[in-house]
Amino acid sequence: MFGDLSHLALQQYWWIIVSLLGALLVFLMFVQGGQTLIYTIGKTSIERTMLVNTLGRKWEFTFTTLVTFGGAFFASFPLFYSTSFGGAYWVWMAILFAFVIQAIAYEFRSRPNNVFGAKTYETFLIINGLFGTVLIGTAVATFFTGSAFSVNELNQSQWELKSHGLEAALNMHNLSLGLAVFFLARVLGLLYFMNSIKNEEIYDRAKRHLVYNGLPFLVFFLTFVVWLLLRDGFAVNPDTQEVYIEPFKYAKNLVAMPLVLILFLVGVVGVLLGLGASIIRKDCTKGIWAAGIGTVLTVFSLLLLAGFNNTSFYPSTFDLQSSLTIQNSSSSHFTLTTMSYVSLLVPFVFGYIWYVWKAINNKPIDEEEMKSDDIHIY
Amino acid sequence: MLENIDLSLVNWSRAQFALTAMFHWLFVPLTLGLSFIIAFMETIYVKTGNEEWKRITKFWMKLFGINFAIGVATGIILEFEFGTNWSNYSWFVGDIFGAPLAIEGIMAFFMESTFIAVMFFGWGKVSKKFHLTATWLTAIGANLSALWILVANAWMQHPVGMKFNPETARNEMESFWDVLLSPSAVTKFLHTTTSGYVLAAIFVVGISSWFLLKKRHVLFAKRSIVVAAIFGFVTSVMLVASGDGSARDVAKTQPMKFAAMESLYEGQTQAPLIAIGLFGKEHDDPMNRDSDQEFLVKIEIPNMLSYLAFLKVDAFVPGIKDLVLGNEQYNIMSYKEKILRGYEAQQTLKAFKEAKGVDEAEYARLKAKFDDKEWIDNYFKYFGYGNYYDPNPEQLELNAFKIVPPISLSFYAFHIMVILGGHFMLLFMVLLWLIYRKKLESNKVVLYTALWTIPLAYIASQAGWIVAEVGRQPWVIQDLMPTMTAVSKIDTSSVMITFWLFTITFVALAIAEVRIMVKQIKNGPKEGGHN
Repeated sequence: MFGDLSHLALQQYWWIIVSLLGALLVFLMFVQGGQTLIYTIGKTSIERTMLVNTLGRKWEFTFTTLVTFGGAFFASFPLFYSTSFGGAYWVWMAILFAFVIQAIAYEFRSRPNNVFGAKTYETFLIINGLFGTVLIGTAVATFFTGSAFSVNELNQSQWELKSHGLEAALNMHNLSLGLAVFFLARVLGLLYFMNSIKNEEIYDRAKRHLVYNGLPFLVFFLTFVVWLLLRDGFAVNPDTQEVYIEPFKYAKNLVAMPLVLILFLVGVVGVLLGLGASIIRKDCTKGIWAAGIGTVLTVFSLLLLAGFNNTSFYPSTFDLQSSLTIQNSSSSHFTLTTMSYVSLLVPFVFGYIWYVWKAINNKPIDEEEMKSDDIHIY
Repeated sequence: MLENIDLSLVNWSRAQFALTAMFHWLFVPLTLGLSFIIAFMETIYVKTGNEEWKRITKFWMKLFGINFAIGVATGIILEFEFGTNWSNYSWFVGDIFGAPLAIEGIMAFFMESTFIAVMFFGWGKVSKKFHLTATWLTAIGANLSALWILVANAWMQHPVGMKFNPETARNEMESFWDVLLSPSAVTKFLHTTTSGYVLAAIFVVGISSWFLLKKRHVLFAKRSIVVAAIFGFVTSVMLVASGDGSARDVAKTQPMKFAAMESLYEGQTQAPLIAIGLFGKEHDDPMNRDSDQEFLVKIEIPNMLSYLAFLKVDAFVPGIKDLVLGNEQYNIMSYKEKILRGYEAQQTLKAFKEAKGVDEAEYARLKAKFDDKEWIDNYFKYFGYGNYYDPNPEQLELNAFKIVPPISLSFYAFHIMVILGGHFMLLFMVLLWLIYRKKLESNKVVLYTALWTIPLAYIASQAGWIVAEVGRQPWVIQDLMPTMTAVSKIDTSSVMITFWLFTITFVALAIAEVRIMVKQIKNGPKEGGHN
């Protein structure tokens, strides 16, 4: 089945899968966004425990999606992995540390004798929520703005700036996406609190903070998108594979790929719908689903914009011809074919995740459950 | 050529990876084994409906959760470091190595992370049978993730199922099944996972013995020991069997590692196995071994090494000297010759790249070499040795001796692992015998031995990794890529900073983990597990 597809078709198929994983990752960052709001929304110890526990039942999904996103990128586009990770060393290391401290924070937070105290672990969660979102958003923005690296004839890469990736955080366009992701994660976190916790105070506070976080999200998101549509892009000549600068490349990509445009618009509407309905409607708890699906569609379409329609998805500002495309950075036909068969498991994985999610979240968390001895409490 | 390598960068990168891998490997074996032990205990609970078994299950599950979190935290570092610190490696073999990592994520991590949520938060929310299924699926997921990363590791030790593509300058997969089912992968998976099962069984047996010594939660402790000792005995037999298979595989595919494991300098037929050995001085210098190679203490089992390696008592086992200098009688090519051939392969690749777009005939001729099986077997096979080439013949001779792993570390790690493996199997046998005779509670010597075997299990486990990873040096991909050429081109100071940051983080995490774990154990199965 997959073996009969051309190499390019497989590369496109894998770019779609990687983009989908990236989109799901951004949605699941509601965990990170929620973590930054533990003290804002939780005013008492039991309230904070409810917040931490409702997020704690999902943090592993985000973590696993991040790991799988990285693994899938490694398997399908190894030249990106070696170039970006080996070059933008400090950005990836900062992201890494932010996630390492998250992984233990939930489990250790409420344990007796945890050495550093609950507040330290809660601070870890806040650090993870802040740096995890901003830095991942910033790193993804370099798909459009470029990085300073070169790749030699043996496909060995070298970063050309001593700052090794930290320079990305000083680029305002990159930062606008980083901050958009940060505030989006907080919006999603608030919507998730409203959906999964049965507590009036938490619900009211979360609703109020939707406005405070929704507005900056819109400002940073619109800044990023408008800037993106107006900026020059990194185009690829399909015949010679030569990379060149093309004005309004990403706006042209949207026009050239109407399906991506529709996905993008539907996604944005979904986010706005989830946000707006939750602010305006009384007792609305379902906003997370509209905003979540909207987030997935929006990020998915943005990533398709970066890689499709003869575009370099990881452009080099140092040497244009070192820029990475889905064609020059991918795995072999055989490996992509093999991996494609494995990808058939993905709907099955989604199926059981959905089933388990429903089983666990069937009944919202309440104070009584947090005092129960029968379940695991973070 | 070696002078072009920044060895301080290589060494710091190696140190960082070793630190991360070894710290990660402190927690993973317990996760692998304890997940199954918990699943057995919960199965008994569901079958019998006895609430005591639920209590037992939940106690060990609590310890599992604490250990699991830190295993997850350290696991992601390894995935990142393949790219951040070993970017040349990531490209050179990413076409093969990346696939198992991605499959690990899709197939195993999601299963593990999804069902672990049911395991911890599903009590009372889902049916007993669904909960039990989730516990089993968590165990299977954890072990599936081990499968894929170990397949990837085994491939690095014995690269199969691929072909070098000069256009992309990397190895590309040709047979997924050869990668997955190579004998090296099978034995590595079996040996490594069973070592985790044994460690977990010792962990449960040791802590339960402490409860018996303290005369607390006696029924809980005895039942835990029964489950863990049976599991531990069965898996320790599997551990020994798979270890035997693994050693034979190493003898065939990594003869230098095998020679280093036994510190066999001169090859011989009817080679004896050193059961216990203690070195004299300067043992690690393969150039000066003639004068200082004597052991201070050595107990040998005659013919055993030949039999272990090739199932024949009179088989010739090559020593370090045979491998470096060559041995015509046994048709062993010298490292010097391999270096020259590897250099020839590297120069062919260089000429191929230079001919591209300049001389099409030459380009086609050179490209054909990479499709010629005879040339691949005689030249490309030694590609990595080319990095040790030097135009000065004397220096080239000296460089050949640099392709020898640290001997004493490999030797001691191997022997510590084997000796402790024997101790573990014996301990489980004694425990089962005492349980059968109903004399366990009164035998304090055995209970204390079980308790103090916990750290020994961790030592054996770490020693196993040292054998596997130090013993294969200087190769990151056996014969194809030396560790020194696999590193990312970053400043040494950057790696030094992250090394120390990781060290501080790991020390802090380890202190917290141990203190939390000890407190939970002291609390026992009845008291609450959180503030």
